[in-house]
Amino acid sequence: MDELLKLLKNNAKESSETLAKMLGGTVEEVQQRIDEYERGGIIQGYQAVINEDKLDGAPVTAAIEVKLTAEHAGGFNRIAERVSRFPEVRSAFLMSGGYDLLLFVHGDTLHEVASFVSEKLSTLDGVVGTATHFMLKTYKKNDVLMHVEDETERPKVSP
Amino acid sequence: MLKMKPNAPKSLHSRIAPHVRDIPPSGIREFFDIVSTRDDIISLGVGEPDFATPWHIREAAITALEQGVTSYTSNYGMLSLRREIAKYVARRTGVDYNPENEVLITVGVSEAMDLAVRALVSPGDEVIYHEPSYVSYGPLVTFAHGKPVVVETKKEDEFRLTRKALEKKVSKRTRLLLLNFPTNPTGAVLRREDVEDIAAFVIEHDLIVITDEIYSELSYDAEHFSIVSVPGMRERTIYLHGFSKAWAMTGFRMGFACAPPELTEAMMKIHQYTMLCAPILSQVASIEALKKPEEDIAEMHASYEQRRNVMHSAFVEMGVECFRPGGAFYMFPYIGNFGLTSKEFAERLIEEESVAAVPGTGFGPCGEGFLRCCYATALDEIEEAMTRFARFIGRL
Repeated sequence: MDELLKLLKNNAKESSETLAKMLGGTVEEVQQRIDEYERGGIIQGYQAVINEDKLDGAPVTAAIEVKLTAEHAGGFNRIAERVSRFPEVRSAFLMSGGYDLLLFVHGDTLHEVASFVSEKLSTLDGVVGTATHFMLKTYKKNDVLMHVEDETERPKVSP
Repeated sequence: MLKMKPNAPKSLHSRIAPHVRDIPPSGIREFFDIVSTRDDIISLGVGEPDFATPWHIREAAITALEQGVTSYTSNYGMLSLRREIAKYVARRTGVDYNPENEVLITVGVSEAMDLAVRALVSPGDEVIYHEPSYVSYGPLVTFAHGKPVVVETKKEDEFRLTRKALEKKVSKRTRLLLLNFPTNPTGAVLRREDVEDIAAFVIEHDLIVITDEIYSELSYDAEHFSIVSVPGMRERTIYLHGFSKAWAMTGFRMGFACAPPELTEAMMKIHQYTMLCAPILSQVASIEALKKPEEDIAEMHASYEQRRNVMHSAFVEMGVECFRPGGAFYMFPYIGNFGLTSKEFAERLIEEESVAAVPGTGFGPCGEGFLRCCYATALDEIEEAMTRFARFIGRL
């Protein structure tokens, strides 16, 4: 991955001024490259990494394995794209192995996620079966460790 | 049983060997005590990476511990590690060492430096080294009853060591030259032609070189060139290196020395009676570290380089004179024109802006007028520290 992308992936809030200093270029060059990434769809957006376990009324998240029947034209694409459009679905991946789609679904309550699966997802043409796994605790998300106390005895001054 | 009255000597201080007693306490230690009283500071005062050791290396140590790998090793260190080190050093320097008798594993480069100096210095021998320097070189020579001879490096030369400066200090009693490039605390590097000049000087005066290359992977603007790579130097060089800096393994305490067999054996003799061997878990971790060193180091290298650029730009923008260091992870700005000594400057910087940087005098008297600022610190902390630094000098 390009160094600029790595830096943005690590901290999307880094200013163009700092990025330019870090990489040894001008602010304009950095801005231009970011624009190109955005236009080319390589950068799709910028989001905060939230530790939802710490929120009051943390949302319920489930990983759902979905088995599909492939269609003659387009394989899994049409149905996968359709599933992805539901607002409850936060992430969706086509998988190799024992099932076809892996979904990460959010809801305010366990009941909400359950109704999504039984009333919306499994009633779709092409969905053959589902297996729902509720997530209990997040240890790491988007490269960020969530429950690590950063205590160290590293001295503040050393030779 | 008869109760003995305690019969302590009158003054314990007077019983300490004079050559130990007379060494002043480290300036860094004194500064550490000041900083320790504060928990709200941004510290640019450390001398180690801010990364944890790469995970696969930590995991190798964990696995070894699980398997009960807890014994001594050979005095020289594990042969499998020495083999990997010999391969790595050959790749970096083009110089081949026999892992059987020309590689010694030590507890950090600190121990290796001590062994090398003690093995080669007889009472009264002169040892030349360059200052500002790492804190231990002078004291180690004194502990070995040698005479430290300092060559001052200058900001005008970007703290490079020159043959001209060396010629002024060499005498009939000179036996050794200690080198450390890239340098802690200045971040200075040598160009290939500087290294070749120094090598010619060393050969002409029949000296032996101890070269501490602990920061060699952390060179940013040009490939590091080791003095041991110069033809004719392998025979008169003790090459010291270790895992602390480039692999972020300071706490593992792993260093090594490569040298001709006679010198390696002499060092091993002291090592076997003082240390016996380096800790086996650290040795196992180091074998793992040599499996994909370029990959491990690349990411940290890029990050240090980026932070160097940010800190250097900040000093330039605030009008502080600071050469752009080519290696290690230190910047050595000149603050001698603000009417304060380095120590006063550093103390007020802590007091007024809660930023810690080490006074240059901690690295030798010629560090007066400078501060060592470590950029192995989180980027947002560097930026905040630089904002505060600018505010501070604005008030002076």
